[in-house]
Amino acid sequence: MGNQAVQLDELISQDYRHGFYTPMEVDALPHGLSEDVIRMISAKKKEPEFMLEWRLKAFRHWLTMTEPHWATVRHPPIDYQDIVYYSAPRSQQDGPQSLADVDPELLRTYEKLGVPLHERELLAGVAVDAVFDSVSVATTFKAKLGELGIIFCSFSEAVQNHPDLVRQYLGSVVPYTDNFFATLNSAVFSDGSFCYIPPGVRCPMELSTYFRINAKNTGQFERTLIIADRGAYVSYLEGCTAPMRDENQLHAAVVELIALEGAQIKYSTVQNWYPGDKDGKGGIYNFVTKRGDCREANSKISWTQVETGSAITWKYPSVILQGDNSVGEFHSVALTNHYQQADTGTKMIHLGRNTRSTILSKGISAGHGSNAYRGLVKVAKSAVGARNYTQCDSLLLGDRCAAHTFPYIEVKNASARVEHEASTSRIGEDQLFYCQSRGISAEDAVSLIVSGFCKEVFKQLPMEFAVEAQKLLGVSLEGAIG
Amino acid sequence: MLEIRNLHVTVDDKPILRGLDLTVMAGEVHAIMGPNGSGKSTLAHVLAGREGYVVTAGEILYLGKNLLELAPEERAREGIFLAFQYPVEIPGVANIYLLKAAVNAVRRHRGEQELDAMDFLVLVKEKFRLMDMDESLLYRAVNEGFSGGEKKRNEILQMAVLEPRLAILDETDSGLDIDALKVVANGVEAMRDPDRAIILVTHYQRLLDHIRPDRVHVLAQGRIALSGGPELAQELERRGYGWVEAEAQKMAGAGAQ
Repeated sequence: MGNQAVQLDELISQDYRHGFYTPMEVDALPHGLSEDVIRMISAKKKEPEFMLEWRLKAFRHWLTMTEPHWATVRHPPIDYQDIVYYSAPRSQQDGPQSLADVDPELLRTYEKLGVPLHERELLAGVAVDAVFDSVSVATTFKAKLGELGIIFCSFSEAVQNHPDLVRQYLGSVVPYTDNFFATLNSAVFSDGSFCYIPPGVRCPMELSTYFRINAKNTGQFERTLIIADRGAYVSYLEGCTAPMRDENQLHAAVVELIALEGAQIKYSTVQNWYPGDKDGKGGIYNFVTKRGDCREANSKISWTQVETGSAITWKYPSVILQGDNSVGEFHSVALTNHYQQADTGTKMIHLGRNTRSTILSKGISAGHGSNAYRGLVKVAKSAVGARNYTQCDSLLLGDRCAAHTFPYIEVKNASARVEHEASTSRIGEDQLFYCQSRGISAEDAVSLIVSGFCKEVFKQLPMEFAVEAQKLLGVSLEGAIG
Repeated sequence: MLEIRNLHVTVDDKPILRGLDLTVMAGEVHAIMGPNGSGKSTLAHVLAGREGYVVTAGEILYLGKNLLELAPEERAREGIFLAFQYPVEIPGVANIYLLKAAVNAVRRHRGEQELDAMDFLVLVKEKFRLMDMDESLLYRAVNEGFSGGEKKRNEILQMAVLEPRLAILDETDSGLDIDALKVVANGVEAMRDPDRAIILVTHYQRLLDHIRPDRVHVLAQGRIALSGGPELAQELERRGYGWVEAEAQKMAGAGAQ
């Protein structure tokens, strides 16, 4: 056992590579949360009255709620009064008009992460709405998208320039009463992305937001709202890395997707926030509410996520299948290492006739990592002919990690067909030795085996993201055939 | 090419090999035979560097180097190949991908340029014809859902592609029907080369109907009890292993006194 086990440990205990901190002046509110703080946030953002009212309703509701503890994660109590609920890079105050106006320190940070905005613009054809701390610093390609009537901007801008759309759709999928963290987000969210695709328009490029948490002790409360009008199509990418931090940082984002008749939304995430060090110190708490609504017939929403970061991940991207013949998909890779904990999965709520959903979940646990799949497939009485297929696979590296599967199935219509398959396997020393005996190093062998395990999910990612995802798992695509 | 001197190996503190000596020259084919539990597979795994097999005494020289100092992947890159008795499945990893990673690991080690996808495909397809294998196996996950025969043929295919200096075949004949056995035997025969040594670990004589070894060794009580030419295999087929074991026990008893 000895050496091979040690070797495996070394391989999976590599330090976080994106750990650095960019010193910058920060314009922040004092710690703590109160109605005054919410009024200040709203005022700073020059929001219309309806937004302030909505925030305050959420805050008052939040005061009546208690932090949920049903997930298989453990963490010390979070002091919500010790969090700074708003901070913006100071250079933002005058509002950069173009990349040239952006704080060079910011650009360098992206550079180090391998996301040079200008290059990305040119090479990948990706419009990037970069979120650095709490305010969007640069939005590109806006003009080009504008020609098609596509709105892609920061949430704050949307509130200013498209208040009717925001008012109509905000909270229509995740109401402000939804859950503890979503309600907190509704009260204090600072910024995020907004996207509207008009009827019949196919968005010609992948829309992307690069999230990054930086300022000390700043919880991030992003809000994303994507609406695909009738017959529209959009593919949206969300990617994240964060610098090395000692304190735990709370992140409670909300993402709402709305697909109208015949519309399709593909939402892909690669999440690599600081997971804490190898003793379990530090790291991001990621408590996210993501939900899509196939509001009208023949619509489709797909979630694809690769979750490798955060100390704790609590996240269930879901689809409400209201429209007849609508389709929901969830493809997930979640990796936990060291003392990381993930409780993630999805909910597929079948309401319309002949609605279909697919769930494909791949959990990888290493070190002392704990990984739970939690999924709900619900078929309402009205959902005649609904179908679901679920597959949950867990891969274990070493013998101190854990994998759990909690599938919940509620079927109220006899014509429904629901299938569930689950498997758990280990990267065996047999597999490692087999690869080594062919000349492949143990490190490459682990990458090879893990990437094989995740292949079906990676296939769902847009190309450039699939590359990033493989890199995140320590796998190079070089040499891949077919 | 290979020189094993007084090799003692324990597994879980249990002695398995107890003073094994073996010399294999380039160009030779050796058969290691013996009853179950005599240490045949242990020998194969020790040569490949498997974890958990503890060498307590003795030495192994491979091309003049101390083999025991090398990690398993280094041994492979230096030209040692083990065809497994029970090849493992690696879900989701295309067979061709593993093979290409292996070939290029060896080429890098030798300071040669890595093969690109096209050159590699040409090489592999040629070997495929040799092994009479269905090309679709290239794109299936490593050994996943392969029949027993396909797994063994896949091992020989890997050997043919990697072109090792020293190939060790661990019970490659077990579980094969006669047609598969012939294909495997032909593959091995095609690998015979003045610069290459092959060690066949086998329980039965039938593989040796198709591959004629230069030397046959019988393993009993953790050491080589008897060595001879190809005719020894036939004698074993007739008389079984009992008499060799009895001899070995007597010798071991004498050695202990």
